[in-house]
Amino acid sequence: MFEGWDAVVLARAQFAFTMSFHIIFPAFSIGLASYLAVLEALWLWTGREVFINLFNYWLKIFAVAFGMGVVSGIVMSYQFGTNWSVFSDKAGPVIGPLMAYEVLTAFFLEAGFLGVMLFGLDRVGPRLHFLATLMVAIGTLISTFWILSANSWMQTPAGYGINAEGQFIAVDWFKVIFNPSFPYRLVHMVLAAYLTTALVVGAVAAFHLLRDPHLAGPRVMFSMAMWMATLVAPLQIFAGDQHGLNTLEHQPVKIMAMEGHFDSHNDGAPLILFGWPDQAAGKVKYAVEIPKLGSLILKHSLDAPMAGLDTVPRENWPPVAITFWSFRIMVGMGLLMLGLGLLSLWARWRGTLYHSRLMLMSAIAMAPSGFIAVLAGWITTETGRQPFTVYGLLRTADSASPLAAPAVASSLIAFIIVYFLVFGAGVIYMLRLMAAPPHQGEQGPSGDKPARAAGITPAAGAAARGTAA
Amino acid sequence: MTAAIDIATVWAFIIAFAVFVYVVMDGFDLGLGILFPLFPRKADRDVIMNSVAPVWDGNETWLVLGGGGLMAAFPLAYAVLMPALYTPMIAMLIGLVFRGVAFEFRWRTRPSERNRWDIPFFAGSLVAALAQGVALGAILQGVQVEGRQYAGGWWDWLTPFSMLTGVAVVVGYALLGATWLVMKTEGELRDKAYHLSWFLLFAMIGAIGAVSLATPFLHIQYTERWFSWPGIALTAPVPVAVAIVTVLLLRSLARKRDYQPFLLTLTLFALSYAGLGISMWPYIVPQSITIWQAASPENSQVFMLFGVAVLIPLILGYTGWAYWVFRGKVKPGSGYH
Repeated sequence: MFEGWDAVVLARAQFAFTMSFHIIFPAFSIGLASYLAVLEALWLWTGREVFINLFNYWLKIFAVAFGMGVVSGIVMSYQFGTNWSVFSDKAGPVIGPLMAYEVLTAFFLEAGFLGVMLFGLDRVGPRLHFLATLMVAIGTLISTFWILSANSWMQTPAGYGINAEGQFIAVDWFKVIFNPSFPYRLVHMVLAAYLTTALVVGAVAAFHLLRDPHLAGPRVMFSMAMWMATLVAPLQIFAGDQHGLNTLEHQPVKIMAMEGHFDSHNDGAPLILFGWPDQAAGKVKYAVEIPKLGSLILKHSLDAPMAGLDTVPRENWPPVAITFWSFRIMVGMGLLMLGLGLLSLWARWRGTLYHSRLMLMSAIAMAPSGFIAVLAGWITTETGRQPFTVYGLLRTADSASPLAAPAVASSLIAFIIVYFLVFGAGVIYMLRLMAAPPHQGEQGPSGDKPARAAGITPAAGAAARGTAA
Repeated sequence: MTAAIDIATVWAFIIAFAVFVYVVMDGFDLGLGILFPLFPRKADRDVIMNSVAPVWDGNETWLVLGGGGLMAAFPLAYAVLMPALYTPMIAMLIGLVFRGVAFEFRWRTRPSERNRWDIPFFAGSLVAALAQGVALGAILQGVQVEGRQYAGGWWDWLTPFSMLTGVAVVVGYALLGATWLVMKTEGELRDKAYHLSWFLLFAMIGAIGAVSLATPFLHIQYTERWFSWPGIALTAPVPVAVAIVTVLLLRSLARKRDYQPFLLTLTLFALSYAGLGISMWPYIVPQSITIWQAASPENSQVFMLFGVAVLIPLILGYTGWAYWVFRGKVKPGSGYH
């Protein structure tokens, strides 16, 4: 079985599959960790019980999401060696230290304080507990910093040399870490994580407000989530545009694929809205396009000339149709988020934010939009930089492990079965937690045993301490 | 054995340290999963889970450091060993997925689905432990290398020796788990853990003996190091120390001590680990690649050394604090979760 398959294609499928699953959980938990830190800070500051209720409510969901993020992350850290050993040998001296710093500065910080954050409120008191929450939230952001630095270096390598063994070596670590695309990608990803979380929080709140618009907890979280969408969605569109301009400068071929520009245009390139890129024929079929708008967006001038894929050797073309469409899906989601933010402003002004059926239904419908946008965005950037793992320097085909197709195919199938089984169950558990509204005296992960609910709750005890302090 | 202290040597010790801390911290954690079927009562299982729930995530982070650190400091070794150990590695990762999520999922099931995640927790722990042991055996017996790549097949790791080391690690982790329970629990649960510890200790001594006897036959380097001068000057104290620690461990079990059995089992692990290090040195892929051949360029290793020097003590500090927060015996019903 699988003898006729291409081991490199299978290895790519495996990386894409495990990565796609993995990115979903951190995208949610980065935003949620920060949200939890804000909720706990508000609780300590105001002493209002609604904040600790919301904190405990989301903490249980966070615990499930974080656990899945951890185990799917361990898989990623070994996948470089199992499936991409040549890449690991050649790029390890540069990429490896960045990931080692991620483990040392972020993973340990998160893991070390997670236990106290989840179970330790009544053991360490509110102030030290808040410190633990803060450390976890900061840890998720530090982790984002390093892993995006590593990813960005693969996209826009800088500060490197090549030694006698053919390995990449760092010549200037500062240039390696702060490579040209890194700041843009970091901002774009962190905002994406915040938006993703806000849209989930907003949808859960809307779901409960639909049944009872007077629920205190859901009102607070709905308002917070919609402010987030209102303020961050436009910011994200701006950040995305800046990231695009940076890509045009450093990875122009990726932009050509995103825009479907097979042909060069000497006096203004069109903006192709939709169409079907035909890689073999080298043109976009059924294209719906607006003349000159492409040049206006990318070069800020109607008549600016733009090179197309016809200037690039075919063996260096990325898969155009995937890059083209995933980009459109991401942008579409971003525009819908902007629309949701504007709708919430209107509803707020009219005083119908918590009752308007249109408002609440829209927020519910947008629940998965952040995840879809994150996945589509990653597919755009990772497909668009093909056929290279280290852009322009190391080809994907030359990066894989010397494994036979049956080995890679078997592990791919195992991962597919296990991930759907395990993470499918995890998503069901999270949805179950979300299906019940947050209520007074909400318990954290430490207190949902019936025996405890009857006694003095740690939340109430801590709240008393918190307000007394 | 009089190698100058260079940065590659320092890094070899750092990676060895990370892997050992992983074994210390996740060994008992996996061991609890392996022992799960022997504690069928739900109340006991809740206590067992609660005794590690706050720390399991940190424990597994050391494994990520081992893997990530190996890629960063010895990329060639990482690139050769991972494809060579393909099947055990994938099995270990999948095992860790099942057991890791069980910590949270277990508390989210409905009463009708009770225990649904207990079997994955057990099976995942067992497979992960077995795979780690098999990987250890496969590394010791050496892998086929051509140029800068692994050149063997994807079942080369499977030999009687690697199965033996696999079983040995399962037994050892189970002993760590049992003595952990002796330390962290009370009453009937603790009594049962005592009885298991006796049985597992004899099994572990047998396993250490079997692996020690089989290893010298793998390669001439191992034989020379353990049985001829000057290697024997360094190696002879190891079996002597193992014997002493075993006696102390038996005595501590007989006297029903709380902490000693667990700490002495860890000492037994440390000694076995030192023995392995003596056998392998200075190879990182036995008989093929030395630590100097596999080492990253010096500026990569130096760059990370700064971080390690500052951060590892810090990490050990706050990890210790987390253990301190959740110190003492875990009581039924009063635990976290």
